[in-house]
Amino acid sequence: MSHSRSSFHCLIGNNPIALETFDPHLTLLDFLRLEKNLTGTKEGCAEGDCGACTVLVGRLREGEVEYQAVNACIAPLASADGTQILTVEHISVPKPHPVQQKIAEHHGSQCGFCTPGIVMSLVGLHEACADGRAVADPTSINDALAGNLCRCTGYTPIIAAAMAACKTPRPPQSESLRQSAESILPTWEQAHTHLELQTQNGGYFAPKNLRRLWEIKTNFPNAQLVAGATDVGLWVNKAHQTFTQIVDINHIEELRKIERRASCLTIGASVTLAEGLKPMAEISSDLDVLLRRFGSAQVRSKATFGGNIANGSPIGDLAPALIALNATLRLANPSGKRDLDLENFFIDYGQQDLGPDEVVESISIPLPSAAHFYCWKISKRFDQDISALSGAFAFNISDGIISSARIVFGGMASTPSRAIECEKALVDQPVSPDTFSTAAAALDGDFSPISDMRASATYRTLAARGLLQKCMQRLENRNPGSLYSFPAEVNDLA
Amino acid sequence: MILPDLSNTSVGRPIAHDSSLKHATGEAIYIDDIRLPSETLHLAVGGAKRVCGSIEKIDLAAVRSAPGVIDVFCAQDLPGHNDVSPSGRGDDPILAQKTVRFDGEPVFAVVASSHRAARAAAALGVVTLSESEPILTIDDALAEQSFVSEEQVMTRGNAARALADSPHTLEGIIRCGGQDHFYLEGQISVAVPQEDGDMLIYCSTQHPSEIQDHLAKVLGTPAHAVTVEVRRMGGGFGGKESQACQWAALAAVAAQRNQLPVKCRLDRDDDMKLTGKRHDFRFDWRLGHDAEGRILSVDCDMASRCGCSLDLSDPINDRAMFHLDNAYFFPAVAIRSKRCFTNTVSNTAFRGFGGPQGMLAGERMIEAVARATGLDPLTVRKRNFYSPDNRNITPYHMTIEDFVLDDIVEALETSSDYWNRRELIQQENNKNPVTRRGLALTPVKFGISFTATWFNQAGALLHIYKDGSVHLNHGGTEMGQGLFTKVAQVVATALGLPIEQIKISATRTDKVPNTSATAASSGADLNAMAARNAAIVLKKRLSSFAARHFKIDAESLRFEDGKIDLGDQSISFSKLVELAYMNRVQLSATGFYRTPKIHYDRKNAKGRPFYYFAYGAAVSEVAVDTLTGENRVLRVDILHDVGRSLNPAIDLGQIEGGFIQGMGWLTTEELWWDSQGAIRTHAPSTYKIPSCTDKPQKINVNLWADGENVEQTIHRSKAVGEPPLMLAISVHQALSDAVSSVSAYQHAPALDAPATPEALLNAIQIERARARHPEKEAT
Repeated sequence: MSHSRSSFHCLIGNNPIALETFDPHLTLLDFLRLEKNLTGTKEGCAEGDCGACTVLVGRLREGEVEYQAVNACIAPLASADGTQILTVEHISVPKPHPVQQKIAEHHGSQCGFCTPGIVMSLVGLHEACADGRAVADPTSINDALAGNLCRCTGYTPIIAAAMAACKTPRPPQSESLRQSAESILPTWEQAHTHLELQTQNGGYFAPKNLRRLWEIKTNFPNAQLVAGATDVGLWVNKAHQTFTQIVDINHIEELRKIERRASCLTIGASVTLAEGLKPMAEISSDLDVLLRRFGSAQVRSKATFGGNIANGSPIGDLAPALIALNATLRLANPSGKRDLDLENFFIDYGQQDLGPDEVVESISIPLPSAAHFYCWKISKRFDQDISALSGAFAFNISDGIISSARIVFGGMASTPSRAIECEKALVDQPVSPDTFSTAAAALDGDFSPISDMRASATYRTLAARGLLQKCMQRLENRNPGSLYSFPAEVNDLA
Repeated sequence: MILPDLSNTSVGRPIAHDSSLKHATGEAIYIDDIRLPSETLHLAVGGAKRVCGSIEKIDLAAVRSAPGVIDVFCAQDLPGHNDVSPSGRGDDPILAQKTVRFDGEPVFAVVASSHRAARAAAALGVVTLSESEPILTIDDALAEQSFVSEEQVMTRGNAARALADSPHTLEGIIRCGGQDHFYLEGQISVAVPQEDGDMLIYCSTQHPSEIQDHLAKVLGTPAHAVTVEVRRMGGGFGGKESQACQWAALAAVAAQRNQLPVKCRLDRDDDMKLTGKRHDFRFDWRLGHDAEGRILSVDCDMASRCGCSLDLSDPINDRAMFHLDNAYFFPAVAIRSKRCFTNTVSNTAFRGFGGPQGMLAGERMIEAVARATGLDPLTVRKRNFYSPDNRNITPYHMTIEDFVLDDIVEALETSSDYWNRRELIQQENNKNPVTRRGLALTPVKFGISFTATWFNQAGALLHIYKDGSVHLNHGGTEMGQGLFTKVAQVVATALGLPIEQIKISATRTDKVPNTSATAASSGADLNAMAARNAAIVLKKRLSSFAARHFKIDAESLRFEDGKIDLGDQSISFSKLVELAYMNRVQLSATGFYRTPKIHYDRKNAKGRPFYYFAYGAAVSEVAVDTLTGENRVLRVDILHDVGRSLNPAIDLGQIEGGFIQGMGWLTTEELWWDSQGAIRTHAPSTYKIPSCTDKPQKINVNLWADGENVEQTIHRSKAVGEPPLMLAISVHQALSDAVSSVSAYQHAPALDAPATPEALLNAIQIERARARHPEKEAT
């Protein structure tokens, strides 16, 4: 049983703070910079794409604090309820953190404006390394920094600094900050309360169960649901949108579950990409790559599976893969639940099969998945980019004949969509160049993509055909190779 | 690379940027971090929701009544000049008065109690235009004969005749895109009213003196009433040379109107929509060559998109003309350059200043010669290098006296194992039809000096306080390039002091007047020399005082390690200073420097616009997925000449960072306007600068050990800010090499820049068609 609480609380470094009234639209960044004068944290883009505002958010996981990098520019302050926030200032005393020292020693800053954000991302990695949750290597450093843009250095000295820093133990300030969190956060957790803030600028509710969510939705039918706020944060910052009520669904127990059964993997709507990475990666190594390229570490620590589906984007990275995997959605409303094939959820651009009183509760992926599953994302930049297109492909083959094919593309139509004509051209055909060239031609019957800043219609069509080619090569056990797997003489990252 | 031994003088040591630890701890103060009074106001701008036309009506009722709004003003409310054009031409209004020339051009300003309130209110303004048909592209502008200035022509010899006489001729078109600066700190200014109607401006700018000059006119005051200060910028790259002024002017006008401090900080989207970028270019070229790949004649028409005003487009386009030759001798040459007016934001300075665009076209021409002759592109490059005797005159009639690329390229060929890798890559490409690898070595020769000769001057101010501590100020600005550190090293060396004894201070127009922009890679060349001259004045005063006081020969005095060697004894610097003060020796001095030798007759395109050249070369290896056009840079080897380095660590940082920035320009960074003329890549979500993973898998950067400037520059160093950006042309050429493999290296691919996956896949499609029908020339 959880009681409502009208006062927001969190730790800013070692200092507990409590706030009764503040604008629920207030971002964590504005709070830190404008109200706490913690100006080390910078605003670079106000849309979660440059990482200059990166701070660490500490939460309890099985009694221990785990830190995640977060973009403070798009995070509502209220979403930090019950957590510890660490900024570049907190880790600088009594003497600079090893990450800070190594950045300076390795000439890892030039203009220095991105540096505090880079430092915080690397302190996050340093913490994970100290916990044994990560090992510092070029891949983990790239993953940790994919959401931090630097325009001056070209990254080489930053990576060198990260390698050197992650070999050092936790400095005293990290131990002390951790101890503060581990003494205070549990008391807040054990109080079993949830935030319900009512201010003249609107309300902010963070219910812990569906029952309370239904009550809030009944009282405030226009309340805006927010999960990771990686999209809603932009509506506030860029479109100046305001909401009379905001409902934070991150803490709803029913939406937070990950269940792995023999017959299916079920992931709750409020599970973050970071949390769902591992079980998804177990299904396919392609999914592992796809999810690592989903936003950045800062985005994955906030963005949720439900959010990526429910906003209905034609270029969301999850949907094509999940549809190819035959995923189903569970939708819930006060009177019950219903299951729906994910592919039928997307009706048209901006239109989903989701009632005004419904929420996405979970996503289920039947197991085992098809014998051959591949997916690719194509964008101008490898990391932290929005797809020009993405393709996901699930095949079963028996005796060299394609017995089933689910071909799904994002970025090719107004919704993530199956390529039905293409599938027809493949099923009951042998795995052969002829089959795949017919199937590629059939894509023209499935899609009429648009041209925009990410790619032209022509490119989208050509690249979609290219992905089908890759499928064929992989089905024939001729791995087309990856740009990221070159021999040691060129792949030497030392 | 292994950094050289630490010498005992400050100059030449790889010491860290003076702010490096402050950057890392967040203690470094940027303008948005300055603590201001709580009543400080915030300014945002608003405009029409259409691209261009004459202003019919401005309805700001909703703006005025929005929460938090204190003041709203338009062009007619401005107290003085409504212009901040660096050319002085009057075509860069602070607020548009009669016509709107590009999407989002500011028409009104809102002053409110918070940044958010100002922005939200600005979105409510309704500006109605009588719309006109926009001219958006270079091709549109050429068709309409729409230009911002006169065509420039540069010729040497008779290019037409030489072309007609050539045994082989080639022609082509190359286009390259623009580039957003994407400094992490956006444009920002704070104006703080002072007594007597004076104004103090904190501005993130590369050109404080220009801000001062313009703001005096805008506010209707003499220049002495305006002081501009900048301690550091969060990146500049040319984007804060002329582009900072409009926002400083708006903040100053609002501060004057309201008699309160006013901050104008552009949101990232506004910054990317409303400030200029690198010019995109089109080159239509023809050349003649012989069977050995030697170029005999070049004839090139270049045109660039300048946007809606002149800004710095003339010198930028001139610099593109100056660098079409890159490192190559053109026996006969004609270059014509058109500067297009378009209804897009006015394009501006960006690291390289037109040079990269010209050089890219030159290198594409070389590749065309290589494919036509069947020679390796590196062979063609070397055969066309400038050389003594009769092959050392540039298209602008300057004699090249410091050419060092033969040695640099030879060393790099060996260290990068170019020829073995060339063979290996061709073998691999024959085995792997999908993933193709490419290799290219390209050189850089970049002219150093402002081509407007009068800008090549600088001043410094040096104080020694009674305790022996030194306060250093000069006209250069710090944008991350390490200028302040380098100048401090030079002063420390001149006075024989540890660098800790030198206080680095913010650039201020009331300390050093009439400065030039920190631009054209000139920061250290000019300002370190001026600061050194000031230090020499002080050292002379101290020496002659010491000679009198201790009755010894002034010539025998040595300033070292904070001490002055008096022969049989020594005295600490601080003790000598104290004595000098008591004996009424002036302990403050100014220093001045102007670059010698340079002159340029722009009308006839003849002269010596550059004091010297900076050189370097890079080898890049790439892999391209021929099914999708996705690509990756696998390995890069760079050898770059910085002369005798003032600070090898800072120079390496400029080279690595400049290279990656250039790589971004040529690969992922695509500016995209919709058919209406609205830019749609105005945030990092849509405009993709390189991220960590894009860094080449392996990157070996070395300073050329034999480097030494033949000219008498500061400690014989060479400028390093811009030249390394152009080393990234090797990435573009390597991508082109990979594409060319699709048709067995028979053709120069039609690969424009940026080489996005889409551009690459298009080029691959063309080469596939050529490979299938080798007898038919595909288009």
